[in-house]
Amino acid sequence: MKVPFSWLKDYVDIDCTPKELESKLFSCGFEVEETIELGGKTDKIVTCKILKIEKHPNADKLSVTQVDAGKFGKLQIITSAKNISEGDIVPVALDGATLYNGERIFNGELRGLPSQGMFCSGEELGITDDWYEGASIHGILIFKEEYPLGENVRKILDLDDVMYDINVTANRPDCQSIFGIAREVAAVLGKPLKTPDFSYKTDSGISTLETVKVSDEAPELCPRYKARLVKDVKLAESPLWLKRRLFKMGIRSINNIVDITNYVLLEIGQPMHAFDLNDISGKQIIVRRANVGEKIVTLDEKEFKLTPDNLVICDKDKPVALAGIMGGLNSEIKDNTVNVLFESAKFARDNVRKTSRALGQRSDSSARYEKGVDYASVENGMNRALYLISSLGCGKIAADEYDIVDKPLSEKVIKTTVSKVTGVLGIEISQTEIKNILERLYFGVKLNGDELEVTVPLYREDMESYQDIAEEIIREYGYDHIDSTLLKTAAITGGGRTGAQKTTDNLKNLLVGYGFNEIITYSFVPEKDYKTFSKNENADKLIKIINPISEDMSVMRTTLVPSMLRTAAYNVNRKNFSARLFELAKIYTAKSVPLTELPVEETVLCCALFGENEDFFTAKGVVEGIFDIFCYGRDVSFVKSDVKFMHPTRSADIICGGEKIGVVGQIHPSVAEEFNLDKPVYVIELNYDKMSQLFNDKIVFRPISKFPPVERDLAVSVGEDVSCAEVMGAIKKAAGDNLESVYLFDVYQGDQIEKGKKSLAFNLIYQSRERTLNVEEVDESIKNILKLLKEQLNAELR
Amino acid sequence: MDKFEQLIERVKEELGGISTVRLLGDLKAKFMGKNGEITALLHSMKDVPAAMKADFGKRINTLKVEVEKLFGEKENKLKDDELNARFKNEAVDVTLPGKQNACGSLHPLNIVKNQIIDAFTGLGFEVFEGPEIDTDYYCFQALNIPKDHPARDMQDTFYFNENILLRPHTSPGQVRTMESKKPPIKILSPGRVYRADDDASHSPMFHQIEGLVVDKGVSLCDLKGLLDDFVKTVFDGDTKTRFRPSYFPFTEPSVEVDVTCCKCHGKGCSLCKGTGWIEILGAGVVNKNVLEMSGIDSDVYSGLAFGVGIERITMIKYGISDIRTLFENNVKFLNQFKRR
Repeated sequence: MKVPFSWLKDYVDIDCTPKELESKLFSCGFEVEETIELGGKTDKIVTCKILKIEKHPNADKLSVTQVDAGKFGKLQIITSAKNISEGDIVPVALDGATLYNGERIFNGELRGLPSQGMFCSGEELGITDDWYEGASIHGILIFKEEYPLGENVRKILDLDDVMYDINVTANRPDCQSIFGIAREVAAVLGKPLKTPDFSYKTDSGISTLETVKVSDEAPELCPRYKARLVKDVKLAESPLWLKRRLFKMGIRSINNIVDITNYVLLEIGQPMHAFDLNDISGKQIIVRRANVGEKIVTLDEKEFKLTPDNLVICDKDKPVALAGIMGGLNSEIKDNTVNVLFESAKFARDNVRKTSRALGQRSDSSARYEKGVDYASVENGMNRALYLISSLGCGKIAADEYDIVDKPLSEKVIKTTVSKVTGVLGIEISQTEIKNILERLYFGVKLNGDELEVTVPLYREDMESYQDIAEEIIREYGYDHIDSTLLKTAAITGGGRTGAQKTTDNLKNLLVGYGFNEIITYSFVPEKDYKTFSKNENADKLIKIINPISEDMSVMRTTLVPSMLRTAAYNVNRKNFSARLFELAKIYTAKSVPLTELPVEETVLCCALFGENEDFFTAKGVVEGIFDIFCYGRDVSFVKSDVKFMHPTRSADIICGGEKIGVVGQIHPSVAEEFNLDKPVYVIELNYDKMSQLFNDKIVFRPISKFPPVERDLAVSVGEDVSCAEVMGAIKKAAGDNLESVYLFDVYQGDQIEKGKKSLAFNLIYQSRERTLNVEEVDESIKNILKLLKEQLNAELR
Repeated sequence: MDKFEQLIERVKEELGGISTVRLLGDLKAKFMGKNGEITALLHSMKDVPAAMKADFGKRINTLKVEVEKLFGEKENKLKDDELNARFKNEAVDVTLPGKQNACGSLHPLNIVKNQIIDAFTGLGFEVFEGPEIDTDYYCFQALNIPKDHPARDMQDTFYFNENILLRPHTSPGQVRTMESKKPPIKILSPGRVYRADDDASHSPMFHQIEGLVVDKGVSLCDLKGLLDDFVKTVFDGDTKTRFRPSYFPFTEPSVEVDVTCCKCHGKGCSLCKGTGWIEILGAGVVNKNVLEMSGIDSDVYSGLAFGVGIERITMIKYGISDIRTLFENNVKFLNQFKRR
């Protein structure tokens, strides 16, 4: 919200500097985001009189002028301007001057002659005809008045004003106007507020009610509609003060009637519209929902096809305005307009927003309506517009008007107690202070003991309860009065992370210890990922965002692997050739498509390992490490995987508790290629939610056996297709109870062994908890093992 | 020179040629072994006349002690030499780099998230994570943002359909907690949130932590106390907070919370744009409509809520200027966060 400091002074006697007021506004909830100087950077530009103009001896297009700049003396200025004459008073930028846009001017030499400054155009001073007539011409600004010479142009052009750009929060639409902000300024400074002049003269011979018939058929979308006839309108240029106010707010002057509606929007915050009554067929105005397929062409000559969701203002036959957004071309104010019907209305903000979005049509008016216009400003806006018409003498105002309201207008009363209000704040504030603050904000206050009754002005539609009252008080009283207490009345709660949350942290710390860097990637991915990664090829089950930022972020992911591969590729491209990465994040699976209920969100752990020291077994080792620590004693097995994005002979499904809970191995080379990864990347993907069902954090102490272990190495040759797990399984099965541990220490395939066979060498440790084992029983166990291996796997001792 | 002296000289001479402990053993056997020369001399004592026997015995004893001493010295020297040779052989350049068992790192956003959680769990807060895909009711309506509310424009939300969306804030965590738990409530609800914004200071996915206290008689002063405590844990111990009026539909009064700039400590610098203060979070007293919609009696209980943007805190804390750095996951970036 742009607010000129000088304009605020119309309503409040401000006795502090713009900077001081800025900090006061900040403390009561109106942050000034930017302060804009009306005069821009303009500096050291003064009036001067041109005494003599001569042709430049060395340049056809330049003139040499002698000027009188008052106390700055007689100067020689070289110029290319053609619109100046001797005797003109013009602005001159002196040595070291700054133009509006920040450009600097210094003494110089032009074609061999010194020039002690530069004449300025209106544009170089940041102004147009709306500010000073003649400022828009192409050439030097020539003053019409006999200004004293050597005077600062900022002063004589009245450019010493600042404009605040104030951030008004969404709950305060009543402050979306100069007058609305002025109310807050008066309150925060504790000064009286001067109400704008709402008085006007009417013509008793003119009646709105007898001339036009107005009806509101959609009060739910138009809770208040005012219409007033103004006859014998004299379209003309607006007075300078009006043009200048609009100029400050960045609005171009059109004519007095249009300017008045714009002025009222800025000052009162009420959008106004003016219809040319001659164009209103049947002299009827009907506020209603559009019919299906009904069309309107708006002022900017765009055509829209409407639906009953759109509110329109119609005459007997057709829409003449898109309510709150823009008038129709068919009823616009023209040079020959004589009779005008003024509209001031409250339209439902969400409907204006929806229509504006749906049609892609916006205006200052719709922007204002979207924030919310209150019942009171409908009245103030109309009255202020009529005041301007009356005082500018640009029309005859009807003696009566339409004012259609959906409910009787009465001020809301909030009944509460002082202790409830101060309870929200946690500090004591005296009743006098409370009353004083609320009254400064134009609330009616009745105090009876602890009881507090607050009457809310119509424009404060945001006020609902004691909490709102508490906020009003504290923002005026000052947030620096809030003490710091630590929940002094609250109950003690234990708090802390749950066991599962702690385990997650521990798991992450383990991975960090294993050398993994944690990554965070977006939860939405390109749809094309699913050609490669979807499990069931049922693309219909994808959860798609209706309004994605881009195609690359349009679908909720069902696996973390593609994001992980993109991160790997990103790093490899930046010469980070080896890394271990992990992400613990959610995947999203629809129960049904289209979504009728919330999808399933499951937490997944994804790891990637790449670089010269990594292989299938380093990745698998990480999985084993995790299970050894977090799922101790659970039966984990690795079974050749057929996951389609994995390397078919270097990947394994991770089976635990009889269920597949993940996959480990090398990414399929052709998938890696899609991601521009030419070296192997190993990944682990584990369903963390399923895995956490298997967490086992119970530590059971087992005494260490006092009896000596017996160690045996066993190398067997088996067919190359026989898996280590099969051999190991057979060994465990046949060994008997005393086998304490068995591990594989060598795999051999080569010259020393028959083709098609491989050798597996195991280290077996036997140990009893009750006694010393004798050699015979160990030998017996080995014999049993070999026998079973032979029978089941055709394995031979080597 | 008699034969004793000759023998000593010979021992010395032969010892001089010995270079290993094994050869020394052989030489010792030659002189002192069962068939050694000195042993033989000892055996020859029986042939020495009785009168000379005592003298012979004494001399032979001296000889033996002397030879053993020579062997002992030689052995020590040889062992020293061998050890020194080994040390020379085994020498390492201690300035060569150690073999790394390279540690990884947690993501900086999670480091900061953990610090925030630690600050509040110490005060009795629990941690609750709600769904990221949630309904319009939990994301808006139950937070006092009805369908026509202009505050819906404050966040540009990603939708799956009219009713199901990616949560634009962690505030639905408040509602879900209040629905399932009776006061006293102290929870934190961290997680991913989503808004349609993508530039150097906005990411379409980012992280928040929502905090909620519901109990009897909690006030704005308690909120100030909680947040004062929190900022001291996450920033410096001398960090101060400032409340300034703001607006959120689910709190009333609502405040923006600023902290004294962690770079200039309030003097004014480029980070705080010369103001000495940095905006870090939004907070307030829970709107009674929100309490009531979740089935909590607002006549008995009051609530405090705050929402922290983890990215913002992380960027301020570590001086990261572009939010996208956090999601590129460059290992060279991540490795800087090993020291937590």
